[in-house]
Amino acid sequence: MTTEELKSLKSDKVVDARGTACPGPLLAAKKAAADVQPGQIMEILSSDEGTKSDIPRWCTKMNYEYFGSIDEDGIYRLFLKK
Amino acid sequence: MSLEIEKQVKLLEDQLKQLQGAQAKDQISIIVFSGDLDKVLAAMIIATGARAMDMEVKMFFTFWGTTMLRDKNKSPKGKDFMSKMFGFMLPKGSTKLKLSKLNMGGMGTEMLKGLMQKKNVASLEDLITIAAELEVEICICQMSMDLMGFKKEEMIDYPNLKYVGVGTYLADAGESRVQLFI
Repeated sequence: MTTEELKSLKSDKVVDARGTACPGPLLAAKKAAADVQPGQIMEILSSDEGTKSDIPRWCTKMNYEYFGSIDEDGIYRLFLKK
Repeated sequence: MSLEIEKQVKLLEDQLKQLQGAQAKDQISIIVFSGDLDKVLAAMIIATGARAMDMEVKMFFTFWGTTMLRDKNKSPKGKDFMSKMFGFMLPKGSTKLKLSKLNMGGMGTEMLKGLMQKKNVASLEDLITIAAELEVEICICQMSMDLMGFKKEEMIDYPNLKYVGVGTYLADAGESRVQLFI
């Protein structure tokens, strides 16, 4: 998805994992996913660059649809659909 | 003609069942042989990360790795001289582990711990708690316990802690897709 499309997404759940380091963002994402209904959109905020490569793979593993990420001054916003 | 095909289908079905049964599980087996702080940290991060990816995780602590699981507040009685010596010379629990490199008399280890706290990296103790919550399975090598004279009563209260032999590790590892030796 393009950046504009990502920015226009309405997230049903935002997971703020900023400030935590590996494996923090992954664990936060997994915990939050339990509260998300299938079809809903989840947004993960992270300050850890590794998360950009971890979350797409996590989505493949969990069978979620990964939309893409936006870099905003060192904060990464990653979007996916359960 | 159709009888032939039926037989072939049955054969294929049996073979498929066999293959499916022999497929590796979505599981990772980690041997923790080392008792160095940096190495066990890596092991615990991998273990908890694997649980986040919904993989089963089985850890097998042996030799120096067993020292991480000692409880610094527990001191069982009834040890013979050799066991007391080992117990004294080896680190008593996760907080006492040292870096494998750059320990610099303990300074390096303290510096790393300080850095980790500053950068919000989970401490080893936090990771052990998280692992317990996420149901990472931990088995301890009984032989290592015997060799070093550790008693079950001095290990930390980790849920479902098991004491096993190498056969258990090998059987579990044989089913796992990923095997690591740390």
